[in-house]
Amino acid sequence: MALDQSLVGRSYPPVEPPYEVGREKIREFAAAIGDGNPVYTDREAAGELGYPDVIAPPTFVFSIAFQAAQQVIQDPELGLDYSRVVHGDQRFEYARPVRAGDRLSVTSTIESIASRAGNEFLDVRGEVVDESGERVVTTFLKLVARRVEQPQDSTEEGK
Amino acid sequence: MARIAYADVEVGTELPGASFPVTRETLVRYAGASGDFNPIHWNERFAREVGLPDVIAHGMFTMAEAIRVVTDWVGDPGAVLEYGVRFTKPVVVPDDEKGALIEVSAKVAAKLDDEARTVRVDLSAHSAGQKVLGLARAVVRLA
Repeated sequence: MALDQSLVGRSYPPVEPPYEVGREKIREFAAAIGDGNPVYTDREAAGELGYPDVIAPPTFVFSIAFQAAQQVIQDPELGLDYSRVVHGDQRFEYARPVRAGDRLSVTSTIESIASRAGNEFLDVRGEVVDESGERVVTTFLKLVARRVEQPQDSTEEGK
Repeated sequence: MARIAYADVEVGTELPGASFPVTRETLVRYAGASGDFNPIHWNERFAREVGLPDVIAHGMFTMAEAIRVVTDWVGDPGAVLEYGVRFTKPVVVPDDEKGALIEVSAKVAAKLDDEARTVRVDLSAHSAGQKVLGLARAVVRLA
């Protein structure tokens, strides 16, 4: 039942083709989070801050990294029961903002696998690079597979 | 380039807080924009079947709203060098006009590097009296 510890360190190469960051996708995302910062929609405003095109909000890159992490999540050798999984932690380390026109590739790596009190913790790092191979952002995803409830747990955990 | 100067902030400096309303419509819109169509974020029947009190907001939506307190403060979102959170409690979004409210406050917790002009900002996010993000921190490069 436990996740296979021997997979710590395993890397999953980028999927082809790279993700192309579109201006209108950034606009849609900024609208969905209600963020009117013009640097997300107006090339001139982005240019005034020194960017060659509109940039994306900080968390925009999550869906790209999470898509790449599907290779890990669905790896049959790992044995993750996704029906028990919740998103525990999320972190980003930026080299620069994602911007329109980027063609991004993600390499996912299993950083750690841990087990505590029947819950399992899976850490996946995503190295996001642009088409020249320069690092744009590193993403850190922690998934928690909640323990399978045993019959006697229902009384212990009732709250 | 951030519009806040490193020299002008101290440990304890508070950023202007903000409250972000979330309705079911907000969640449908975010589902489309992010590609996360998990039914716990829009289907009340499904959410209850898996043991949730009601439809809940995407954790990544809450994470996206919280950092706006920082990006609105510094102006340039590219000044955010690191950002991380723990999802501690869900934001429960009832099916009415009001929906839920995510209340975010933030303060400068540390001045990290005088040369790089970086500070650590600690964020706090609550909804319906519950702390919805833990260990919510950003590293920001100031002017």
